[in-house]
Amino acid sequence: MSDRVLMCGNEAMAESAIQAGLDAYFGYPITPQNEVTAYMSKRMAEEKRVFIQSESELAAINMVFGAAATGKRTMTSSSSPGISLMQEGISYLAAAELPCVIVNVMRGGPGLGNIAPSQGDYFQSVKGGGHGDYHCIVFGPSGVQEFADIMPLAFDLADKYRIPAIILADGIIGQMMEPVVIPTNSKLTTQNLKLPKKDWALTGADGRKQNIVRSLWLAEGAVEQHNYDLQAKYRQIEKNETRCEQSDVDDADIIIVAYGICARIARRAAQQAREQGIKVGCIRPITLWPFPSEQISKIADKSPIFLVVEMSCGQMVEDVRLAVAGKSPVVFWGRPGGGIPTVEKVLEKIEQLVTRASSPCLHGQDGRATKK
Amino acid sequence: MAGKIKIDIERCKGCTLCVTVCPNNVITISEKSNSKGYFPAQSTGPDCTGCTNCAIVCPDCAIEVYRDKAGSDKIDIKSVNPVKKNKVNNLARESK
Amino acid sequence: MMQTVFKRTPTLKDCPTHYCPGCGHGIAHRLVSEVIDELGIHGRTIGIAPVGCAVLAYDYFDVDMIEVAHGRAPAVATGMKRTNPDKIVFSYQGDGDLAAIGTAEIIHAAHRAEQLTVVFINNAVFGMTGGQMAPTTMLGQITATTPQGRQADGQGYPLNVSELLAVLPGTIYVERCGLCSPAHIRKAKAALKHAFELQINNAKGLSLVELLSPCPTYWRLSSPDAMLYIQNEMTKVFPLGRLKG
Repeated sequence: MSDRVLMCGNEAMAESAIQAGLDAYFGYPITPQNEVTAYMSKRMAEEKRVFIQSESELAAINMVFGAAATGKRTMTSSSSPGISLMQEGISYLAAAELPCVIVNVMRGGPGLGNIAPSQGDYFQSVKGGGHGDYHCIVFGPSGVQEFADIMPLAFDLADKYRIPAIILADGIIGQMMEPVVIPTNSKLTTQNLKLPKKDWALTGADGRKQNIVRSLWLAEGAVEQHNYDLQAKYRQIEKNETRCEQSDVDDADIIIVAYGICARIARRAAQQAREQGIKVGCIRPITLWPFPSEQISKIADKSPIFLVVEMSCGQMVEDVRLAVAGKSPVVFWGRPGGGIPTVEKVLEKIEQLVTRASSPCLHGQDGRATKK
Repeated sequence: MAGKIKIDIERCKGCTLCVTVCPNNVITISEKSNSKGYFPAQSTGPDCTGCTNCAIVCPDCAIEVYRDKAGSDKIDIKSVNPVKKNKVNNLARESK
Repeated sequence: MMQTVFKRTPTLKDCPTHYCPGCGHGIAHRLVSEVIDELGIHGRTIGIAPVGCAVLAYDYFDVDMIEVAHGRAPAVATGMKRTNPDKIVFSYQGDGDLAAIGTAEIIHAAHRAEQLTVVFINNAVFGMTGGQMAPTTMLGQITATTPQGRQADGQGYPLNVSELLAVLPGTIYVERCGLCSPAHIRKAKAALKHAFELQINNAKGLSLVELLSPCPTYWRLSSPDAMLYIQNEMTKVFPLGRLKG
């Protein structure tokens, strides 16, 4: 399918995964990603590949664990409460170094929350919601096209580094309909990317030594060393796979940092601010882990005000603060629990910052999330 | 004897299951411990028929069984009741 | 001239095990290994180790093995078998793994008629963590978490997993055996062989063999007495025999 078609994000992502060679999908219904399970049930049967509606998200992530261990391309999708159930499995996947893709179409939380879009699971995915020192590669697509484009990249990087890849979408990205061209030749993957052979996979010990997929080592120092090995891998990924988009940052007095749908809202607000003569630029992290700390730090040398906009009470803002390391003020504005920032409101915040910036006693103060 | 067993002394944990399932009292427990501190089983009796009861019940696969080719087709197993000696203790632990 | 009539089978690694003296796991491991070798499926078998005393089963079974989260084996097995239908996938689970935390997974794998072979070791106690009550602990049995002995009121009755699963259309073979005498152990091996053969023959459904297994350490019995306990007491609550198939 390489025509330009109108599709909702969830379905575009699913089709792209299929085109990227998905062998098995396991998932459980939860709003706002039910389009994925329905689409997969139909298309995977057409392609004669594996689809299972599992009995729970807990089962789904473990089915992923099994298929991944045999070297297959596999994924699951869910939304925030279901992703919470998967945390045990994600920790095991990261520890056993199994490649897979997990899509979180975020909704309002905590708890059962609501079915409106949110970005409240940044901590959970980027800082590790499961136990132990581990990371997954985390992407934050900002539209239907990017949601689709990211899938072959996610599978390739997962295979290359033997690591789970998490796609943090939200209810808007999942359900909005936009024109999209489904990638069928992995346009976004690195040129001549040679993926390593999966000689660790469980394929039957015919004519070779047994393979073991595990995450328990009881010998003294073994898990400690395993952690050091994982960390070395993570440093490699940080060095090679950080992705972010910058616009109008060179002369900007205010830089909005946002990902996902917030990035598009921010971009529109920035454009409108420029029309008013306010110099606003945008940084849009595409990988949330590895986080574009270096890029942000470099821009912070010029001391703009950073305005971080999220659909949460402030999660990515902490990573921005770490990257800025006190060189510049970092201000947060957001809406949790399914609230969606509007262009008008973001512009209002920009205008407030301009007013405050010209008042010397307010330099360096941070904002906190407040009621709308 | 029609049969013979070989017990891996270092592998044996002295659980005594083989002793109790042997129909011909071939096996006893050694008074000398192995390097792990277990008192292993040993083949001491002359009447081994190679019935393999001991090997089948051994949780550590510590026993190999051999049988004399001639006349070994019929095994004269006097009993397949595994436990002749011990009674079942009440599972409730006695209070101290 | 002596011929060998019993020796270690190749799939059972030649190494000491960490299991207690008299533990049923050693017997069960050997039986499964013998079945794998006799059926000639070593090269295409993948086994799943549980969380429990048998967590290190991959050190003993010389086939491709995976270690999974507590109770999740049937879901992992589903993922493996559905994507690799030509492989023989078996899970090896204790009573905590299968009948406590993993109840949903085993029921749904059976319910979906996944083509799997499940070896269920029932020793009526959580061994690895120090002898706590398991779903299959007998009434009156004293454990680390039932110091007065298991009471039906508040702790429920022992769980009959095989009977539960036999009801589901997706299970095609369920048998309960005892690792409690040479004769019983020979029968257990035949049951295990049948359970693996069904998968080899592409039978459409899940096979489960429940093995009543001795735990001398946490039953506070000698090894022979533990086997007697299975014969005389456990079989009253967990009757032996073929429940389905």
